[in-house]
Amino acid sequence: MLKRLLIRQTLSFLFLMLLAPAIASAQLKVVATTEDLGSLASEIGGDRVSVTSLAKGYQDPHFVDPKPSFILAVSRADLLIVVGRELEVGWLSPLLTSSRNSKVQPGSKGYLDASLTVRILEIPTGQITRAMGDVHPLGNPHYWLEPGNGRRMAQAIRDKLGELSPNDKTLFAQRYADFDQRLAAAEKRWDAAMAPYKGTKIVTYHRSWPNFMERFGLEVMGYVEPKPGIPPSPAHTIDLIGEMKRQGAKLIVVEPYFDLRTPQAIANQASGKVLVLAPSVGGSKEAGDYIKLFDYDIGLLSGTLKQLTGK
Amino acid sequence: MRIVPSVCLAAVAAGLLVLPWSAAAQSFLAPPPAGRSSQPDTTALQQQIDQLKKEFGERIAALEAKLAEAQVAAPTPAPPPEPAAPAQPSAASGAKFFNPDTAVIGTFLGTGGRNAINPSPALEMPESEVSFQAIVDPYMRADFYLAFGEAGVELEEGFATLTALPGNLQAKAGKMRAAFGKVNTLHNHVLPWADRPLVINNLVGGEEGISDAGVSVARLIPIGNVFFEATGQVFRGDAAEGELYKSSKPGDLSYVGHLRGYVDLTESTNLDLGASYSQGHNAAGIVADVDIGRFTTELFGVNATFRWRPLTRAIYRQFVARTEYIRSHRDQFDGVQKADGFYVSGDYQFARRWWLGGRLDQSGRADDASLLDRGQSFLLTFMPTEFSKVRGQYRRTAYADGPTAHEFLMQFQFAIGAHGAHPF
Repeated sequence: MLKRLLIRQTLSFLFLMLLAPAIASAQLKVVATTEDLGSLASEIGGDRVSVTSLAKGYQDPHFVDPKPSFILAVSRADLLIVVGRELEVGWLSPLLTSSRNSKVQPGSKGYLDASLTVRILEIPTGQITRAMGDVHPLGNPHYWLEPGNGRRMAQAIRDKLGELSPNDKTLFAQRYADFDQRLAAAEKRWDAAMAPYKGTKIVTYHRSWPNFMERFGLEVMGYVEPKPGIPPSPAHTIDLIGEMKRQGAKLIVVEPYFDLRTPQAIANQASGKVLVLAPSVGGSKEAGDYIKLFDYDIGLLSGTLKQLTGK
Repeated sequence: MRIVPSVCLAAVAAGLLVLPWSAAAQSFLAPPPAGRSSQPDTTALQQQIDQLKKEFGERIAALEAKLAEAQVAAPTPAPPPEPAAPAQPSAASGAKFFNPDTAVIGTFLGTGGRNAINPSPALEMPESEVSFQAIVDPYMRADFYLAFGEAGVELEEGFATLTALPGNLQAKAGKMRAAFGKVNTLHNHVLPWADRPLVINNLVGGEEGISDAGVSVARLIPIGNVFFEATGQVFRGDAAEGELYKSSKPGDLSYVGHLRGYVDLTESTNLDLGASYSQGHNAAGIVADVDIGRFTTELFGVNATFRWRPLTRAIYRQFVARTEYIRSHRDQFDGVQKADGFYVSGDYQFARRWWLGGRLDQSGRADDASLLDRGQSFLLTFMPTEFSKVRGQYRRTAYADGPTAHEFLMQFQFAIGAHGAHPF
């Protein structure tokens, strides 16, 4: 009697063990190269997807180590979403090759380049060389920092998830519509907060913010970096201080992964202020998802501009 | 009569200003008119422009109205009006689409000081590596690395990687650097030093190392969050121009087995461990071109790499500690020589462009285990960008059979072409 019970228990346990992967695989495994893409995938996919983001929002997305732990994540993925425009050029290719996962190779169904439907700025024209610094030949890859592009990325993710999991297509469409509404409402908030500062001239460290600043009406008049990816030089720093004084620019926006010493020195000379903004979801604790990222940045930015301009 | 010259000047200036404009306008907007009078042309142009403006405005208004309707009607709105999909990369003209990624990495080396045992030229360009890499078809990719020395060209590596195999397998075929330990797998330009450690020179065939024509199969074995990879490789049996392995018969193949384990300790620290084995025929038994001894060499290796790179400060601070221990069992006429050796090295990035490093070396010699060489190195590396670096290395080598060498190596590296993956 006891024996039979034991056998039954063992059998049911085995059955559950067999079933477990089936239950787990009902969820689409999405790997996103950045937390921004990961956040959008969660918005659209909800509990139908499990999302892993590789690069953290507080690290420089150009310089990510292609760690074997990332290979494991990519090897298990059903869908890989990348920022594209050569942002991941230094680290994605070894991950793809070593992943042994043909589902997510470029050109396969499970590979989504989120940059294909968005608005890209700073696409170089004419001859480009590395004398210009670390230029991105396919345009500025920091395009996610603009709600319109966020919406387009979310649409692309909605369509891709629907293609991979047709049964949940309506669910994804509903979740997108909900996200779209929340985003539209938030945009009104952000626009109102930024309206008084339209045309204000500012400086950023790297060229991470063209889409963001264009959307919210700020004019980037200079960069702490003399050229993209090249650390600040004394000559350029002096020029920049002079130019900021001449044009009355007071604010320097810096990404959390850059050293604050030079920006701080420039700000002191130009009697301005340094502000660290989150360039990505996860770039600060408060910037936990795509909408909160803008809430956080706009909150800080409008608050600081109010102090500086008195508007 | 002063008026005349100034009028003339004004006329000439006006002509200069107007001419290019009107010429440009003509070539742009309309076929050159028959008449010569320009006044009516401008009015006509103005009218055309106004007309265009008006039409354009109307069309935009119509489109906006339509869009508004569509947004009200459909639950999921169509993509926003302004700039939809941008034009795709215009950089590549059609014919270049399938060209492989090409890069050239030059290495220039200057050596000063004294070394009686293993002297180097004062100035040399030991290697310029040309790489071609591309995806072949949906099932494989190909990687070629040609090493141009000052005198000749050598195929450093050239292999196809099958990327679409089932069962977490990956296969390679071609000429490749064998998966023995860590340093043997690395190309010169990704080494953290200007040279290779003594143990590699003495026991694993030095700079060329185990790099041979063969096939490789590697299986990914994920166990939870730990990454394991098991690799098995079979080669023709020649390594380091016969110094390490020498194949006298087609059956004299050499073999390499490698197991790699990797785990993230925290988000900024990780540990990379490896164990390797290799076996092949050596040249010790070759007398007058005939392999009468049929001797073999066996190699055993373990390696460990610890990395620390705080994510928010990743471009300014990094520390990497590496060590590798290798044991060689070389059979020869006087019996099996059991030599071993190791290196321990540390590299610390203390500023955005600056690295400080040190290395301890010790190794016996493969054919005479009683000779023990020891070395110490200190390094300072400056990397202006990820595409160039200057490295100074002071190297002291205490040879078992000669005077101690003190050398200063100056390495200068520069890369052009496609952006390669960052070494890890």
